[in-house]
Amino acid sequence: MLKIENLQAAIGEKQILKGINLEVKAGEVHAIMGPNGSGKSTLASVLAGRQDYEILSGSVEFLGQDLLELAPEERAAQGIFLAFQYPIEIPGVSTVNFLKTAINEIRKYRGQEPLDAVQFLKRMKEKMAFVNMDQSLLSRALNEGFSGGEKKRNEIFQMAMLEPKLAILDETDSGLDIDALRIVAEGVNKLRRPDNATIVVTHYQRLLDYIVPDYVHVLYNGRIVKSGTKELALELEEKGYDWIKAEVDAVA
Amino acid sequence: MTLNTDLKAQLIAEFQATEDRLNGASRTPFFQRKKEALLTFEKLGFPTIRHEEWKYSNVKGLINQGFDFHAPGQVTAADVDALQIPNLEGNVLYFVNGVFQPELSVVISPENQLLILNFAQAAKQFPELIEQHFAKYADYSDNAFTALNTAFAQHGVFIHVPDGAMVEMPVILRFISDARVQNVASQPRNLIVLGHRADVKVAESFRTLGNNAAFTNIVTEVILGEEAHFEYYKVQDESDKAYHIGTTHIQHGRASQSYSVTVSINGGFIRNNLNLVLDGERCDAHMYGLYLPNERQHVDNHTLVVHAQPNCESSELYKGILYDKSTGVFNGKIFVKQDAQKTNAYQSCRNVLASPDASMNTKPQLEIYADDVKCSHGTTTGQLNEEAMFYLQSRGIPKDKARALLMQAFAQDVIEKMRIPAMKQYLEGLIVEKIGEI
Ligand SMILES: Nc1ncnc2c1ncn2[C@@H]1O[C@H](COP(=O)(O)OP(=O)(O)O)[C@@H](O)[C@H]1O
Ligand SMILES: [Mg+2]
Repeated sequence: MLKIENLQAAIGEKQILKGINLEVKAGEVHAIMGPNGSGKSTLASVLAGRQDYEILSGSVEFLGQDLLELAPEERAAQGIFLAFQYPIEIPGVSTVNFLKTAINEIRKYRGQEPLDAVQFLKRMKEKMAFVNMDQSLLSRALNEGFSGGEKKRNEIFQMAMLEPKLAILDETDSGLDIDALRIVAEGVNKLRRPDNATIVVTHYQRLLDYIVPDYVHVLYNGRIVKSGTKELALELEEKGYDWIKAEVDAVA
Repeated sequence: MTLNTDLKAQLIAEFQATEDRLNGASRTPFFQRKKEALLTFEKLGFPTIRHEEWKYSNVKGLINQGFDFHAPGQVTAADVDALQIPNLEGNVLYFVNGVFQPELSVVISPENQLLILNFAQAAKQFPELIEQHFAKYADYSDNAFTALNTAFAQHGVFIHVPDGAMVEMPVILRFISDARVQNVASQPRNLIVLGHRADVKVAESFRTLGNNAAFTNIVTEVILGEEAHFEYYKVQDESDKAYHIGTTHIQHGRASQSYSVTVSINGGFIRNNLNLVLDGERCDAHMYGLYLPNERQHVDNHTLVVHAQPNCESSELYKGILYDKSTGVFNGKIFVKQDAQKTNAYQSCRNVLASPDASMNTKPQLEIYADDVKCSHGTTTGQLNEEAMFYLQSRGIPKDKARALLMQAFAQDVIEKMRIPAMKQYLEGLIVEKIGEI
């Protein structure tokens, strides 16, 4: 589904991704862990199409297409979804209006008829239940005045509404209490299907108790320096990142 | 007909001719007041950019053209159909090239609530009100355009709302410049007098027909009695060849309230002066503005709030989106006199430059002579929020739509201040046209 080869990216003069290789197949869950500042959010943003980054080299193939050639909205229409680490507040834009526009634009791109008001409301009701989203939040402007946890929940709600093929969750667990975490994780699990995939970015293994990954990768200093199965996450939880840093630095 | 391109000389000659024609009638106090204004205009001349108040608004392009100040215009029923604001209920008055058109207009409010007269009628029926108020507030000592308008004051309306009258239906003044045949100019003059506890909504809407230049030089004076409530809406949707220079002066009596919304959708060159004098205790004044110039349009809003008495509050929110090579000016002056203790005055001006070639000049001016006051002001001019754009695009919304969505959200704070529902809908339509469909 997704194939990243030797991806290098910079912001301004600063190179942040230094050669990422990663393959994600349909049905899989990959966790990306790593210390702060190692480039996890950068990788997520580059996949979603943020323009601030300069791609220095490498390629990203998504469902047989060159992902890097596509505008962010085209990537979304192809099935990429990024749950932001820090969802932005957008005053004046109603959440409902925004979602309706998003869904119908994606449908238009795919050559489908737009959802009418009734179909849209039905889908909304159903997906709200998924993440215990409060109706009152949706009548407000997008994320405006939402608590940290409410913003994260709103990201997962949007994901449920848009039904992506590849969801990238960037630290969706941070700022959530244990109950909210469980609700969000259950939401993600319910959305899992054999034909979609998830990349979970986190630096705690806590979330991985609920969303069980097939693979765990450690991103450090712009590279994936270690890959393994879910046991790797447990090991990181126990020992921290220092031993990995030491290993990498010894080689370098 | 060839039009005189020395606008100043043309206007002075016209005034002279009128005076000669009037003969003895020119000795009325009304005419003498106009004559005084003409002399001031003659002395001032049109402002240049060396004048502090006109630094960023150059009227050279205006005064180097010839205009016909007396072209009648030919507005047909079909034109009016096309100009109409759908579902508008109210007292709707049409003016073509400045001249009132009774056959196109309707007044539905009862006379004991609302009196709408022309100046000749008003001078007969309310000589004392005209004497007391006409040209007493809109100061022209340093404003050539107001002086000029005062000198030629003839067309326009006198609106009187007596003590205690609450006018349910709004008054909509529609000024249509018919520039289909030649360059045209008009100088409407309105005087609106509200009695104690009187309450009315007045809107002024400006449109242009045709592709010749159209110059409107309008002055509206509003006098608010004690505890009166006044809502004022100004909506400009004119051609790129339209020049609009307007002054609205609101003189507040004790505990009166005003609420003004100025929306400039289109127009080649726009200068709006909104001057408020809070000349009584416990007055309340709110001002909102929105401007969306594109191409080479220019919009200049000058506001002045004079806090002359204690315990008054004024607030101000102006917002602009500037496209292409357009230019904007906001100059907001708050003047707090020594006696005006416990004044609250807030001012905010926010702008988005939607193009690297657009520019905006903002200048808040606070002059405070009282010591117990709360004043704040802030202006910002920036680009569209890139983070927000990325968020919307990453959800599948194409760039153009994402932009339109954010711009409309930005404009919404001001649009929702429009309290005449049909005009709000009309505005929303104009804004979608200008900003783009979502
Ligand atoms: N806009 C930016 N300008 C400069 N440096 C940035 C910018 N965004 C991120 N960085 C830097 O890039 C590195 C990686 O950041 P990020 O991808 O957010 O890491 P992570 O998500 O793993 O914590 C950090 O050193 C960070 O300071
Ligand atoms: Mg991060």
